[in-house]
Amino acid sequence: MSQPTSVTPRGRGAQLATAGARDATSSIFTPPPHDDRRADAVFRALLYLGLTVALTGLASIIIWALVVGGPRVNLALLTAGPSTIDPGSAGYRTAILGTIYVIGGVVVLILPLGVGSAIYMEEYADRSKWWNRVIDVNIQNLAGVPSIVFGILGLAFIVRGPLSLGFVAAAGSLTLALLVLPTIILSSREAIRAVPPSIRDGSLALGATQWQTIRRQVLPAARPGILTGLILSVARAIGEAAPLLLVGATVFVTFDPRFFSDGYSTLPVMIFNYASRPQEEFRLLAAAGVIVMLGLVLVMNSFAVWLRNRYEQQLSS
Amino acid sequence: MSSTLDPAAPSVGATARQPLGAARPDYLGTAVKGVLFACAAVSVAATLAIVASLLPPTVSFFRQIPIREFFTGTLWAPGFANASFGVWPIVVGSGMVVVISLSVAIPVGLASAVYLSEYAPPRVRQVIKPLLEVLEGIPTVAIGLFAFLFLRPLAETVLPFLPWQGPFSIGVAAVAVGLLIIPLVASVSDDAMRGVPRSLREGAYALGASKFNVTVRVVLPAAISGIVAAIVLAASRGVGETMVVLLAAGAGRPQLSFDPTKGVQTITAYIAGTATGDIPTGTLTYDTIFAVGALLFAATFVLNMIAVRFVRRYREVYD
Repeated sequence: MSQPTSVTPRGRGAQLATAGARDATSSIFTPPPHDDRRADAVFRALLYLGLTVALTGLASIIIWALVVGGPRVNLALLTAGPSTIDPGSAGYRTAILGTIYVIGGVVVLILPLGVGSAIYMEEYADRSKWWNRVIDVNIQNLAGVPSIVFGILGLAFIVRGPLSLGFVAAAGSLTLALLVLPTIILSSREAIRAVPPSIRDGSLALGATQWQTIRRQVLPAARPGILTGLILSVARAIGEAAPLLLVGATVFVTFDPRFFSDGYSTLPVMIFNYASRPQEEFRLLAAAGVIVMLGLVLVMNSFAVWLRNRYEQQLSS
Repeated sequence: MSSTLDPAAPSVGATARQPLGAARPDYLGTAVKGVLFACAAVSVAATLAIVASLLPPTVSFFRQIPIREFFTGTLWAPGFANASFGVWPIVVGSGMVVVISLSVAIPVGLASAVYLSEYAPPRVRQVIKPLLEVLEGIPTVAIGLFAFLFLRPLAETVLPFLPWQGPFSIGVAAVAVGLLIIPLVASVSDDAMRGVPRSLREGAYALGASKFNVTVRVVLPAAISGIVAAIVLAASRGVGETMVVLLAAGAGRPQLSFDPTKGVQTITAYIAGTATGDIPTGTLTYDTIFAVGALLFAATFVLNMIAVRFVRRYREVYD
């Protein structure tokens, strides 16, 4: 009945035939209608239940952090240095500075590398060449490598071995940059692919070279999508702790860190550090740190998702 | 001549551009292409560097410890006076995390995906889909802390008859990991179900099927490769998850145990717990971290390749 005529090939005749077929088959195959309706209702209830569990489960993490850590949140939490003795006055000053340094390095590294890779894969790469297919599969696989393995890579290759930077913030930056590189590449590729081919054809037809076309037409059009990918990657890097445990972020830093020398720590690692202490006050301090980190990461993610949805609507309309 | 005007030639980007006798060679273009290729090659270099950093210490490890002992031994006690290197206890720990977390995430994630894809009114979908995406970004440290300080005491209150002991429990940690991977299962399965062509659904409706029957007998089977890919990806995330198990399942002395109420060490928790200090290069402890890391890398690599296969299959069928 509700079939759009474009799907049924021959209008009224086909509609009648479909109605007849439906009557015939429904009486043979389907159980009596009230049973069907009951199955439908039960199924629907199960789906609601699943979605409710998913949303309340994830939301309860945020609510728990607010309830437990909330009373501990004040300005000193951000500006006071760490302490192993007095949890009452300790704060996240050095950890926040460490996060800013490490993440600054991540942005500087992944923006050119990620966007460059995406442009190459979408605009230049010839899919019939084996090395381009290798790059493609490799990025997909790299996206699934556990973060702790990047920590091992950082320990063997960046802290020691070929680069030998030592346990410094720059080593943390490099390690996290490699970790989130697939994220920014994949979303930048999607953004570039979404730019209509007609824009490229128009530019090329007017005599622009391929690089001029990419720089002046494709990249500006893909900018919101690329920005989305960048924000999502940075948000992920901010919350990541496991690989940094291996590249030296666990040091208890009581001074403001520098980039290429001295020890460093970051917000999530510091939270982990406080959480592993047995005293109750340190655990409250950890929960308060979670509020700061969650606030930062969730605001960034919300902005990124909002930006992408707006951008997708613009492209489709 | 006719080939340059071939209307069947691909019209995307430069592949359609034919030289009309350029005034001068495009040096800039060639240089740019080279630089961009170098950027793309970095990710391949990263994979090679992972393999290159894992291999030598792993080889050195197996020079000292027989492969047989590693893969068949049931006592994991590296770093102890009479050290033992049977990997099974931590493999069982990781296995329990995967099994328990998937048994939480598959029903809940799949139900959410079916609801979002087949039942939700567009308005509801517009709110819930982005909400799930945002919640997917909750840092794992936060989830680990939540599991350690809230879920573990809660579990003891709700199920007091179980033999809880100590502050750690691998079962509770695994449930928290399940919570973490729900958005992943939901979004990948939702994509797969929305990729099923409308005509399949309409065909079934035309034959008199109900909404329930269309969903269960048409859409789910048609989207099965994407759903399998979602589950395999989730399993890979579960194996590799570190902070939640480190906080909530403990990094203490490992033991071969299938009891979810106990604190059991996993592969990832061993690596993170051991490598935190400044371990001298070349020692057996250092090599052990890399041997275990190689095992983890191999396991997730296989899972990821399977997932890539399944994703490609459903794309090929319906795109």
